[in-house]
Amino acid sequence: MTLHIKQAGVLSLLQDLGRYGHQDVGITSGGAMDSHAFHWANKLLDNPVNAAQIEITMGPFQAYFREDTHFSICGADVEVKLNGQSISTWRSWQAKQGDLLELGYPKKGLRSYLAVAGGFRIAETLGSVSCVLRDHLGGIDQQGHQLNNGELVPYQPTRRHYTRAVPTQFIPTFEKTIKLGVLPTYQFHEFSESARTTFFNESYTVTPEMDRMGYRLKGTPIEVKKQHFISEGIALGAIQIPANGQPIVLMRDRQTIGGYPKIGCVCQRDLKQLSQATPGTQIQFFEQDLYQAEAELQQTQQYFWGNSEDQ
Amino acid sequence: MNINLVNENSVIIYFSDAISIETADRIAYASHLLRAGLATMLSDIVPSYTSILLSCNLRKTGLQGFVIAVKKVLEQIEAHHLETPPAKQIILPVYYGEEVALDHAEVSAHADLDFSEVVKLHTSECYRVFAIGFAPGFAYLGNTPASMAMPRKTSPRATVPKGSVAIADQQTAVYPRSSPGGWQVIGRTPVNLLDLSQDNLSLFSVGGQVRFKAIDRGTFLEMGGEL
Repeated sequence: MTLHIKQAGVLSLLQDLGRYGHQDVGITSGGAMDSHAFHWANKLLDNPVNAAQIEITMGPFQAYFREDTHFSICGADVEVKLNGQSISTWRSWQAKQGDLLELGYPKKGLRSYLAVAGGFRIAETLGSVSCVLRDHLGGIDQQGHQLNNGELVPYQPTRRHYTRAVPTQFIPTFEKTIKLGVLPTYQFHEFSESARTTFFNESYTVTPEMDRMGYRLKGTPIEVKKQHFISEGIALGAIQIPANGQPIVLMRDRQTIGGYPKIGCVCQRDLKQLSQATPGTQIQFFEQDLYQAEAELQQTQQYFWGNSEDQ
Repeated sequence: MNINLVNENSVIIYFSDAISIETADRIAYASHLLRAGLATMLSDIVPSYTSILLSCNLRKTGLQGFVIAVKKVLEQIEAHHLETPPAKQIILPVYYGEEVALDHAEVSAHADLDFSEVVKLHTSECYRVFAIGFAPGFAYLGNTPASMAMPRKTSPRATVPKGSVAIADQQTAVYPRSSPGGWQVIGRTPVNLLDLSQDNLSLFSVGGQVRFKAIDRGTFLEMGGEL
């Protein structure tokens, strides 16, 4: 009753929607980087909204199903094969005992989400299976280790009598230039008019220094008048501008507090694009109304959570 | 007190522009009341030196409703002139022996004091937990006496052993786990600071009081300390 990992690739991690309620002692939330793809992968299988999946960053990834199940893969644009036959992402499939699943390197995008019917059965650490390497929390062994070749990831054999596909309008395209909405919060008003103009008018490039903690960008430096503020809580999507003027967008595994000036937060709707962005992707920021973003997020959550019990 | 919106489901409350014991106490008390008053609306709370970041569960409340609920709790504090209850005090045993005080020589030289005097200074203060972050359970405690203040290392140590007690500027901290770190190490505690199986994961909470007590090598080892 397991998935047998033949090749774990660059970085494969067990993830759910994250670990909440412990940031006051410095424990970060973690959770699926691309929550849009994660939500759809579970939705396709009628899974609980928070059911654990494998977040496959880069790949290549190979695994055997040791029991019949249904599964789905959402996220990056990647070649997927089941027993050597190409199959499409953003839909669910049936797997028989002994079937081999293979994912190559993504053609576009970065992260793929593999869900099985009922979710992977992993003991939670502080209410979540999300694997945070830096904090040694969650994952297959509750100690925060990434998945390795040869490991077995348990699931319950569950039959679904249908397969489903995500409607095409919800399947992302991966562009070379992405536009990210910014909520003008935190120290936004501490930045000079010209600094803000630079930030919104110039484009920034994703650098190779990007991981689950944060994305470092490179471009025309943003003028920073005051380099240090008293350390305060860091929200998801916060955009730090350190002394060199190069933005860092803080993601799921971010530190819980920090003292660099922050020019605002990328709205959560657009983090799915950033979480799939590879080095060289161009980024343009635009100002986003906060209440509109909140209404959208609430609507998205309503759609995926429906009446399901809160965790 | 200012309540500012941060993102779709977060707000931050600023209590002061400056770090002080009084502010730390107010923040600790406000955090306690906010946890109780916001109940399931609250998803996460991050108290820090002069602020509290609060995130709400959008499936339980909208952001505007959340702000109203936050204001209500804070008004309670002001309207009733609630006295800040005394924070709980932790006494942490520390072995200051040279074998674990990895930076004793540098700290002594920088302060121009015998290391025994540095230890005396370090154990003389009652510290407040100003913030917890950097790593799980890593607490920023202040303020250490100015005469022993020392900047952090220019290049961090690859591994600071678990339990290391260290200083940087006018703050002191304990490394809950072995990790890279740039603070100046002056001792080691045998006490486990982070226990995931307990309801109180961390021995520290923001606003709490901490004193350090010097112990000898034998006591350190008896208490389970590792050299």
